[in-house]
Formats: sequence, structure tokens, C-alpha cells
Amino acid sequence: MHQLSSPSAFRKRKKTYHLLLFSMTQKCEMKLLGATGSVFVTRVKFVLKLKSIEYEYIEEDLCNKSELLLTSNPVLQRVPVLFHANEQPIAESLAIIEYLDEIQPDVHPLLPSDPSDRAECRVLAYIFDTLMKEFMLTQDKERREELKKRVIEGFGMLEQVFMKLSKGKAFFGGDDIGYLDVVVGCFLGWFKFYEIVFDFKVIEESRNPRLAQWGKRMWSHEVARSVIPSQEIHMNFLNMLRGLPK
Amino acid sequence: MADEVKLYGFRGSPYGCRVEIALNLKGIEYEFIQEDLSDKSADLIKYNPVHKKIPVLMHNGKPISESLVVVEYIDDVWKGVPILPRDAHEKARARFWAKFIDDKCIPAVFKALGSHGQEQAVAEAQEQLQFLENELKGNKFFGGDNINLVDISATYLAYWLGGAEEAIGIKVLTKDKFPKLTEWCENFVNCQTVKDTLIPREILVAFYKKRFGKA
Repeated sequence: MHQLSSPSAFRKRKKTYHLLLFSMTQKCEMKLLGATGSVFVTRVKFVLKLKSIEYEYIEEDLCNKSELLLTSNPVLQRVPVLFHANEQPIAESLAIIEYLDEIQPDVHPLLPSDPSDRAECRVLAYIFDTLMKEFMLTQDKERREELKKRVIEGFGMLEQVFMKLSKGKAFFGGDDIGYLDVVVGCFLGWFKFYEIVFDFKVIEESRNPRLAQWGKRMWSHEVARSVIPSQEIHMNFLNMLRGLPK
Repeated sequence: MADEVKLYGFRGSPYGCRVEIALNLKGIEYEFIQEDLSDKSADLIKYNPVHKKIPVLMHNGKPISESLVVVEYIDDVWKGVPILPRDAHEKARARFWAKFIDDKCIPAVFKALGSHGQEQAVAEAQEQLQFLENELKGNKFFGGDNINLVDISATYLAYWLGGAEEAIGIKVLTKDKFPKLTEWCENFVNCQTVKDTLIPREILVAFYKKRFGKA
């Protein structure tokens, strides 16, 4: 276990991080540290593209974590991590997405303006992420079977949410992609993995007809196609992730 | 039209407390509806169908659940004392720390308590707490001079943890390892907006004694 939490180790690593960051910020204001294949990273790439924000991408090897990752996100040691100019780095995909939405509110706004609609989006994102992460990482077969039922139930509710929020239009966000489209949509690649490896269809036409159609629209959306990686990349990434120590 | 604000909660829940602190910070009047968690009301199940958990805030008939989402909602709707930083970058950092507290720190602490102080579990919990100790950076609160979202997220650590430690007879958040965090706990529970939401310590300790089989 990394001794990052001791004060002197922390200070040493902070110095290393600042030196690395200084050399980086000379070229591009926005940088994203990520791992291709991670849905959480894909989400951020998706939003950066929707908002036409230029950035430099740095690929991280999660099997051999870099000094940059360990110093910029010592607490959770995971990607994505966003660097913006000389500010301290930001981690956690949902926090990053909201940050980007706030600094670039006029280009493709993602979260709704009404506070209770915003709260609804946040709750759903939180519930969705918690469930999906647990399903992904659990090695216990019995627990996975239980979780399958919860996922089916959850997506039943999501189908209702889609009907309510889309108001008959193509996306959760209405005419165009919104916050929940990004949050849930980036998982579509992982759902393919679940189908192949766990023999489990998260979105099924008979159970979730509207979400099934929405899924097809997401896959054919120009920006989605440009950021969501291939099936092979997802497979390799998820196999790697499931092999990593917790 | 006057706002109608109701909070479905359970006296003694740290999650409900988070919401009450936020409401107090904004000076909002609300009706507290005590839920019997062994026999949840039809209202609670209707307003939080996914988790069926408290707290649920009802604002003019609209339900909002998940304590930290509720706290953000309160900050969104009501002006006055800010709960989240106004700067977008600082806001993102605050959200990160709140998530860390919920996702990593508190679960590690629960594990240490549940194991009745098993060495490895305590060490892991203390590793997480060290991040918070470092993050205080000599400030009174995570929010600086005033409490913010991060302080509110850590409500459990400020009061409930001490009660559980006393009940079990162990110490996880020790003064020698965590001098700043210890002081933060004291400062936090003494805030007027927080004090009023806390149940008496002896009740908390008695509850934990029963819960951890020490009664």
C-alpha cells in the first residue's frame, strides 16, 4: 500500500507533481489524464468534445501507475484527472463534468437549469454509478445474480425517467445529448462486455423499448462514435480491471 | 407563496443531520417528519422508491433524496450563506472531497468499527483519515473560516464516530495522529447550526453499545 498518506511522503510527491505540471502547462491549458476503455474517462472526453474544448490527452497505464497519477490524485489514485492551467487537478468524472459545464455554460449546456431537475439528474447518476461499479467489480457469482435483478429493476425505472425527461424527444436531454445521456451512454460499451462475459443484457428491447432505441441513437451519434472506444479496447480494459487488486 | 419544506428523517441519523445543517445554515423553516425505519411510511416509499431511505426533502411537493444531492439542492435554491464554493474549480474540489468521504473514508471507518478495532481495519481507516487531516491545512474548517459541503459530508466523523468509539472501547480518530481533525470535530459540533441537530451523546453511545453488542 502506498505510503502517500504520511506527511513527508505527501510533501515529496507534491513537489514532484508541481514540477511535472509546470512542464506541461507550457503547451496546452487543458489536459486529461485517462485510460482508454474506462467509461469514466470516456465521459469526460465526450463532454470536452461536445463543448469544443481543446485539450491534451495523456494515457495512463493502470497496471503501472505513473508519478503523475499518484501525485495528482494521491487520494483515489484513479483516472480521469483533469488539469486546467495552473489550478490544482480535479478528479471524479461527475465532478469534472459539472466543472466543464460551469466554465463553458453557453456551449452545449448539459445539466438542466431547474434545481429540482438538476437534483434528479445527480441522484440518478449517483445511483447508476454505484450499482454499475459494484456489478462490474464483484467477483462473487451469487452477489452478481442478485445485482442482475437490481440492474433490471433500475433500468425499468430509468425507462420511466427517460419518458419523463425526454418528453418524446430523442435523448434524456431532449433534442440533443444532455447530462444523463453522457453518464449512462458511455456505459453502452461496457454493456456489450456484460452480454458476452456475464450472459446478461442490461438493456433489452422487450423490457426497455425506449432505452433500446435511445441506445441505437447514441451509438450513431457523431460525437459518441468518435469518443466511445471499440469493443476490443473495452474487453481488454475490463479484463485488466477485474484482475487488479482492490 | 410561502415555501413548504418537509424533511423525512430519523433523529440520530448522520445523513439526515447533513440536510438539517444545510437547512439551518440557510435559515429555512421546515417540518421534520420522524420515520419509523422498521415500518416505513407509504409517503417515504413513494418519494424515494429506489432506496426507500431517509433523508428525503419535500420542497413544494417535489421529493429529493440522497443527502449530499439534497444539500446541493438547498444551496441551489436558497441564497444566503453559501454551502458550496462559488468558484467552479473550488466547487469541483469540494465535490471530490465529499465523494471521497462517502465512498472511501466512512466505509473504511465502518469496517474498523464493525471489526471492533481489528488492527488492519483500523490502519486502513486511519490511512483514509490522514488524507482529511492533510486537507485541513491549518484551517478551522474544510471550508476555511466557515463550514461548507465537505464539513457537512464529514458530519459522521465529527460526532457519531466518537460515540461509536466510546461504545466499543476503541479509538480510531486519535488526537496524537490527527490533531487537526480532532480540533475540527470540536469546532464543527460547536457550530450553532450543527449543535441543534445532534442527539444527546449518552443516547448515541447507548445506541452503539446495543448495535455493537456491548450493552
